[in-house]
Amino acid sequence: MPEITIREAISRGLREALEDENVFIMGEDVGSYGGAYAVTKGFLQKYGPERIKDTPIAESVMAGAGVGAAMGGMKPIVEIMTINFMLLAMDQVVNHAAKMRYMSNGQIEVPLIVRTVTGGGGQLGATHSQSFEGWFASVPGLKVAVPSTPYDALGLLRSAVAERDPVIFAEHALLYGVKGEVPDEHYEVPFGQAKVRQEGKDITLVGHLRMVGVAMKVAEALAKKGREAEVIDLRSLRPLDVDTVIESVKKTNRIVVLDENWQTGSFAAEIVSAVQEHAFDYLDGPVGRVGGLDVPAPYSRGLEAAVAPTPERVLDTIKELYGL
Amino acid sequence: MPQMGYDMQQGTLVRWLKSEGASVKKGEPIAEIETDKAVVEFQSYADGVLRKILVKEGTTVAVGKAIAIVGTAGEAIPDAPAEPAAKAEVPQPKPTRSEEVIAAERQPKPVPPSAEPAEPRGDLKVSPIARKLADEMGVDLSRIEGTGPGGRITKDDVLAAAEQPKAAPPKAAAPAPTPAARDIGPGEKVPLTKMRQQIARVTVRSKRESPHFYVSAEIDMSQAMRLRAQLNQSDEFAGTKVTVNDLVIKASVDALQKYPKFNSSFADDAIQMHEAVNIGVAMALEQGLMVPAIMDCAGKSLKEIAAASKDLAERAKGGTLRAEEYTGGTFAISNLGMFDVFSFIAIIHPPQSAVLAVGSVAKRPVVRNDQLAVAETMIATLSADHRVVDGAEGAMFLGEVKRMLENPFTLLL
Repeated sequence: MPEITIREAISRGLREALEDENVFIMGEDVGSYGGAYAVTKGFLQKYGPERIKDTPIAESVMAGAGVGAAMGGMKPIVEIMTINFMLLAMDQVVNHAAKMRYMSNGQIEVPLIVRTVTGGGGQLGATHSQSFEGWFASVPGLKVAVPSTPYDALGLLRSAVAERDPVIFAEHALLYGVKGEVPDEHYEVPFGQAKVRQEGKDITLVGHLRMVGVAMKVAEALAKKGREAEVIDLRSLRPLDVDTVIESVKKTNRIVVLDENWQTGSFAAEIVSAVQEHAFDYLDGPVGRVGGLDVPAPYSRGLEAAVAPTPERVLDTIKELYGL
Repeated sequence: MPQMGYDMQQGTLVRWLKSEGASVKKGEPIAEIETDKAVVEFQSYADGVLRKILVKEGTTVAVGKAIAIVGTAGEAIPDAPAEPAAKAEVPQPKPTRSEEVIAAERQPKPVPPSAEPAEPRGDLKVSPIARKLADEMGVDLSRIEGTGPGGRITKDDVLAAAEQPKAAPPKAAAPAPTPAARDIGPGEKVPLTKMRQQIARVTVRSKRESPHFYVSAEIDMSQAMRLRAQLNQSDEFAGTKVTVNDLVIKASVDALQKYPKFNSSFADDAIQMHEAVNIGVAMALEQGLMVPAIMDCAGKSLKEIAAASKDLAERAKGGTLRAEEYTGGTFAISNLGMFDVFSFIAIIHPPQSAVLAVGSVAKRPVVRNDQLAVAETMIATLSADHRVVDGAEGAMFLGEVKRMLENPFTLLL
């Protein structure tokens, strides 16, 4: 099976989508620059400026135009350069895209895809290093995809293209170069199906995007202590596959949820809550979570690394909560 | 609502046999009450008039609740708060001469049913899964030292404890770890009948609460069997066939009068002696085991015991036992002689302190005058509650039973 990067996988998914005349892409630097993360490189030349539209620096306009185009029967794929800029598009996404179907009694649908880049770790400073995908996942009417592998990136993007409701497609800034096998044959990864990346019987580690990799490192460290961790990649935050997490906890009796966002109010808290609601009697200790420290992301490389959840912090938490 | 069986917690009033205003005599059946085991006639505790019925037919109420008021005609009766709760035993000045019909006042007091062994688990920190596993595997959490953060007992601690062979004397004879029955393989699941549930409760409680010890003796029954044959052929015993069990009952009654500690109940801070000698007789009925008692055996002759025993068995089969016969036993005899059993050991029927288990009477080799001989013998095994009596006393009691059966004329005195 050919190995490709997440960047290539998304690029391939977009090209597939563009075979449909109703699909067009718009965003900052998606055209002549080829995309801030080079995902749409060469697209302008191939598909022309009608379908690959560079926009001004105006996220509310981009999102609003996307909502309108989607309502009018198009399939817009709007690229918001980073999730930090989504704050400017929030009203369009939360109050319009997510609400139209409901408020029109199902007469209007908004099949909009908003691709955006989340996460820190790139020394981009406090205003460019945040992880808001969990915020959007709390909004009914939206779907939120969070791929951590090339296979999932392509599979989820295909599902997003087929979806008739607005999708926030959150890509992680540091994962574009991650390689993985992707079959030539067509497949899709449906929303709401978490993936067990590694099976284990001693503790469940849950994460999405970059935290899956951190969890895998934690699992390696635990393996050296003779403990088997089960690593679950959520793959989509809304709909959320709670069942896979609960089933795992019933087996391992221990769980730590990882989230790159600030710990206070992070999406991890939602998982923690679901676990104690549905698997209380199976727990061997408190439900654990490790989030980003509650500070604006530092610019300094060392400090920034210390703010995000690290394998060391996760291991400390596991020891503290479960004595493993 | 009378207590008509150890562990009975409620009863259903099936039918009133008397209506309000009817005059009743002490001992006269006035109602039928259904327990877990059977429908039983309930007899008035007093002479008088059934003034007020407090519990309607078909209603199930807790043991100890007043079900009716018996008084004199015309006497003022209290505005019956339909449930003068189970306070019957609190001595209160009674406003009238009415007697509340509450069975719990009579009968040897059963050990309070709440006597669950107190588990010293107050401050134990236990994870939810550890507690669940401990319950399932029968692991006593109070024996485990938690190794989790803050001393919490974790899953691993319970699993480790379950693997260890039980430490020498476990604090509170914890039930052995029972692997879940479903792990053995497929098979039908038969729901427990009420009687099965009752037997399970009573026997588990007995084995958990009363430390049993056992004393066995071989009893030469040759003379007793001859006597029995003669009696059964005599005119005096016409219509009253004496069974081996009747002989054992009679011998036990006499031995109990000599060693009254075996006719008692352990009552936490005291030993409750019982004046009456009521011999429970274990009976295997279709629905299961029952141990109704022959009441007031102390003054009864062998013939009277034989008659009472036959009557009891018939009424047990017919389901017309009286309440006190369920609860009143002070000692019990379990006889599997008819099944060609050499010997066996019985479980004490709480709140009694002892039970005598007898096997078959059969011809066996014995030594007489240093010579082998053949005699009809029976192995009797006494199970006794060590909280009440000790081994030597058990031996003396059993010796007395043996002496009487081997010199059976004493049974006719």
